[in-house]
Amino acid sequence: MDHYLTLPGWGIAFVQSFLYIALAPLLVGWVRKVKARLQNRRGAPLLQAYRDLYKLLAKEVRVAHTASPLFRAAPYIVFTATWMAAATVPLLVVDLPTAAIADIIVLVGLLALARVFLALAGMDVGTAFGGMGASREMMIGALAEPAMLMAVFTLTMTAHSTNLSSVIDQHLADGFMLRPSYLFALGGLVLVAIAETGRIPVDNPTTHLELTMIHEAMLLEYSGRHLAMMEWAAQIKLLLYGTLIANVFLPWGIGRGVSAAALGLGLAAVLAKLAVLGVALAVGETVLAKMRIFRAPAFLNLALLLSLLGLLSHVILEVGA
Amino acid sequence: MNMTTLPLLQQLVLVLAAIVLFLSFVLLAQTRLISAIHAFAWQGALVAAVTSVVAATGQVPHLYFSAALTLALKAILIPWMLHRLVRRLQLERHTESLQSPTLVTMAAVALVIFSYWLVLPMIQAELTFTRNIVAVSLAVVLIGLLMMVFRTQAVAQVLGFMSMENGLFLAAVSATGGMPLVVELGVAFDVLVAMVLFGVFFLQIRESIDSLDVDRLNRLSETPGETRTEGQ
Amino acid sequence: MTMETALALAGLAVVLALTSAAVSLLAKRVPATLRTVATPLLGLAGLAALAAGLAALVLGGSIQTTLPLGLPWLPWHIRLDALAGFFLLLIGVVTCAVGLYGPAYVRGFEHSEDSLTALGGFSGLFVTGMLMVVLADDAFLFMVAWELMSLSSYFLVAYHHEHGANRRAAFLYLLMAHVGGLMILLAYGVLAAFGTGFSFNELRVAQLPPMWAGVAFTLAFVGFGMKAGLVPLHAWLPAAHPVAPSHISALMSGVMLKVAVYGFIRVVFDLIGEFPWQWGVAVLSIGSVSALYGVLAAMMQSDLKRLLAYSSVENLGIIFIGLGLSLLFLSTGFRALGALAFVAALYHCLNHAVFKGLLFLGAGAILHSTHERDLDQMGGLLRRKPWTGLFFLVGVLSISALPPFNGFVSEWLTFQAALQAWQLESGVLRSIVPIVSAVLALTGALVAATFVKVYGVAFLGQARSRHVRRARRGPWGMQAGQGWLAVLCLLLGAFPTWAIQLIDAVPREVLGSGLPQAGTHGWLWLTPVSAQTASYSGPLVVLMLAGIGLTAFWGLNHLWARGAPVRWVRRGDAWDCGFAPPSPRMQYTATAFAQPIRRIFGLLFTIDESVTEQEDGTTRHRLKIGDRFWGWLYLPIADAVESAAKRVVRLQSGSVRVYLGWTLATLVGLLWIIT
Repeated sequence: MDHYLTLPGWGIAFVQSFLYIALAPLLVGWVRKVKARLQNRRGAPLLQAYRDLYKLLAKEVRVAHTASPLFRAAPYIVFTATWMAAATVPLLVVDLPTAAIADIIVLVGLLALARVFLALAGMDVGTAFGGMGASREMMIGALAEPAMLMAVFTLTMTAHSTNLSSVIDQHLADGFMLRPSYLFALGGLVLVAIAETGRIPVDNPTTHLELTMIHEAMLLEYSGRHLAMMEWAAQIKLLLYGTLIANVFLPWGIGRGVSAAALGLGLAAVLAKLAVLGVALAVGETVLAKMRIFRAPAFLNLALLLSLLGLLSHVILEVGA
Repeated sequence: MNMTTLPLLQQLVLVLAAIVLFLSFVLLAQTRLISAIHAFAWQGALVAAVTSVVAATGQVPHLYFSAALTLALKAILIPWMLHRLVRRLQLERHTESLQSPTLVTMAAVALVIFSYWLVLPMIQAELTFTRNIVAVSLAVVLIGLLMMVFRTQAVAQVLGFMSMENGLFLAAVSATGGMPLVVELGVAFDVLVAMVLFGVFFLQIRESIDSLDVDRLNRLSETPGETRTEGQ
Repeated sequence: MTMETALALAGLAVVLALTSAAVSLLAKRVPATLRTVATPLLGLAGLAALAAGLAALVLGGSIQTTLPLGLPWLPWHIRLDALAGFFLLLIGVVTCAVGLYGPAYVRGFEHSEDSLTALGGFSGLFVTGMLMVVLADDAFLFMVAWELMSLSSYFLVAYHHEHGANRRAAFLYLLMAHVGGLMILLAYGVLAAFGTGFSFNELRVAQLPPMWAGVAFTLAFVGFGMKAGLVPLHAWLPAAHPVAPSHISALMSGVMLKVAVYGFIRVVFDLIGEFPWQWGVAVLSIGSVSALYGVLAAMMQSDLKRLLAYSSVENLGIIFIGLGLSLLFLSTGFRALGALAFVAALYHCLNHAVFKGLLFLGAGAILHSTHERDLDQMGGLLRRKPWTGLFFLVGVLSISALPPFNGFVSEWLTFQAALQAWQLESGVLRSIVPIVSAVLALTGALVAATFVKVYGVAFLGQARSRHVRRARRGPWGMQAGQGWLAVLCLLLGAFPTWAIQLIDAVPREVLGSGLPQAGTHGWLWLTPVSAQTASYSGPLVVLMLAGIGLTAFWGLNHLWARGAPVRWVRRGDAWDCGFAPPSPRMQYTATAFAQPIRRIFGLLFTIDESVTEQEDGTTRHRLKIGDRFWGWLYLPIADAVESAAKRVVRLQSGSVRVYLGWTLATLVGLLWIIT
């Protein structure tokens, strides 16, 4: 562990965590742009997400009379927890101190912390929509979390470690391999990512139709900088899942060791991978329709089943007796 | 056995076998009949793929023939016949959901672990890398049977039966490098004949009891009910 | 400080608790004694137990003595070792909080009909019983103390006996406690049959054939599991815990269930000592079922204290998952991993005691100021009771296993232990253990959903009834009791390395191997297996969460705000998509919140739901959720007992001479058997 905790390591971890908040709106802008193109629209500029955030940050905040102090604290907690969770996922290089502070179970825990505060904030003002959003979000979260952890456990059973850096190191050391367990875990994780980041077909990020929204329903009462923090946190979460999928399952290109070349290569590789993932997400969202809320459990059951099969095929096919 | 020491082609066999198992789960939980038939076709295609890759890695040329036979029969001919049957019976939009899909799926997971436990002694006597697949193929057989237990729709039951046959075939390929050609041809012919018989049979029961729900056939017992449906 | 001092402190704790019980006799004359003397004495007893436990853990030795009490040939053996010390610490922590909280809470009873003497006296005896169970070093004293604990808690459950439901709950509790006690007695009997006596030292060296060891294990598991509320023997728990006064509920859920865990550890890990792996699988599966069923049942409840009681079933399930993993690893020869799972279970014991105590005290504070237990009548309590609200939030975050609080650390450790399953020889075990960890993950996520429901409905939103609208902040004593536990929640979460180094004395003594590697990288890093496998830094997570959050808050509200052209925060009506300002009746209720989960997992419960149209055109929704285990297990047994009783009743002829004849026959028969 001590080889993580070097001064340059801390420096890069710091830079990398700021890259997360800087890049998050770009990914969302990219997905929106590709989606618009697929639908024969020109779409908003690539940097529109940044402008939205800036605009929201400068606006005044309107808070309901019935809101408690928790309502005003929640955006900061959600933002911080999501950001910290993201900071533990290697973006450019592996073996950073942040990976030692929090392993992948802590990452899931931090995301759960953000989700709990998001749901509590939704219930705080006491509107029907907020409660509805919170109830649905917690249901989806409750079903997605075990699927996510199972997928992650499948990986950690191979690497014998819950440390993300070790998992990626192991994968790189093995070289290119066809592992049935990774394939299933990837499938499970993609489904979980779709559900957790509120994309089609589980939730629609652009909807404002009262009865179909989940994430938006909890944010209804937010405005100004509070809303900006919440939106930003959601964007970071999307980037987090994208990076997780890209760097854990296709780690090639990620930098090892602290050098300018490694950093540059790592950045280029991760940007390319994320761009491809963004296109895939946009295509998926264009092709699929949002499903009824009570189809979501079946969707997440599929994710859990995939993760379980990943685990079993690891035990049965890859390890043998 | 260590996965990292296997050549890529053999890894591919494992991946394909794992997907065969996954398709068994899909068959089990799929509510739409047409999609279930498609899943079955994919399963057949994958079994054929496993066979041909095993043929390539193990230098067993006659397995290529088995693979071609499986592909033609399981992935193309039988699904096509089932498709036609479903269209004739006007069941294209038919859906049927299990009573409690989660419990059935969990039962299937338990069956996978059980079959692994059963074949553990075999795996420990490790001969070739395909030994590990025996557990998967046994699981496919058992899940096929489970499907026949829990599905009430006759066509779905046939799918379960056919996927059992897929599992048996996979077991034969992975355990012993395939059955003798004569046996294989015989089995293939049997399956085909069974399919034809099923088709005829369905048309008949549909005419007589106006449904393909096998639970409706309970009245075929010896005790005299008010509607005796035998003698067709 | 020596072990003698520690033992003396433990003795002092017992004496103080007994004094508290004795002093309560005065409460009949002077009601204020309960508040001014008896309850603070209980708190002091807790403090003494805390100090004794801490000393025993730090010193790590063990000390034995005998008291000139008990049977002529079997004086009472007393022993204080690391295991006993850990549970003394646990009892002490919660009893301290109860001592702080109690005076203000029992004041509410001073003007009621119920006897204050009974409340104070039985509370004192209850704590005495728990302390003595932990200190006992022979089967006889253990059973005496165990029954003292069970009986006194029965009277506390029956405290509000004017309600029929409470009497029924108390009766069920008494019945099951006695069946459980009988099982434990039989387990000791089996052990003693192969040993030379009833003291634990003699039981420890008893050589049991495998079959009888299995019998002893089964009896102990059923007996202690009944007290610990494991599914399917949990039926008494959600009925009994909520009806006791809240500070007693905190003791029952937080501590008494842990005493059952103590008994299980003492008998299985310490006295029996050797086990096949099948026991591990049995404990593991019962633990998983309890965890999942407990949390789902909790999700369905809308009575706050009942919900908390069901959640205790879930947490005990998690503890037994840890113990089951430990048994599994120990029986397959992985001592270090066994110690890891064992420490995870013990850590969760302590954490559950702290946060469940905190939540019950919070529920008591709400009950105290609103006389309301039904979540669907609450709302908006955070603004009316800010301190209780804050502390309750800490409890909610801890129980939901969210970093950086304590519940997360123990669940993390349990996951780490489960993830070491790849080392196991048997492929089947290798595939079962991760599935158990999936159950654990599902449980954790459902707990979060359940407690978001609790907090969102009770503390956020608007008040749903008049008396809740009038709630005021409580007396400082009550807040201090909760505050103490809340601070502990944070400390146990932020500095897990120290806590584990403290707990480590227990596996070193009981299992012979500890977790030396947990703190090799300094207090900042927790590395339970090795640094390559997993590491967690509680202090840094706290520091970063607080640092980033506060910086963002300060930056946006002060630096950024300077140039703001408009007013920075404006209060207004809720937006709610532009509908009219929402009324409290439009909020999501606890029942509504749980609806999606109820729909998914409904099969596990008997749900009786109906919507009827009233005569005045309004509709009425009725929902009744039952425990399926009643139909599966309890009612058949009750029916069998009843039909057996109907057959036996024929003996009851009414003639005295016939009865004497039966007595004679029994006497002759018994004499015949023993010769």
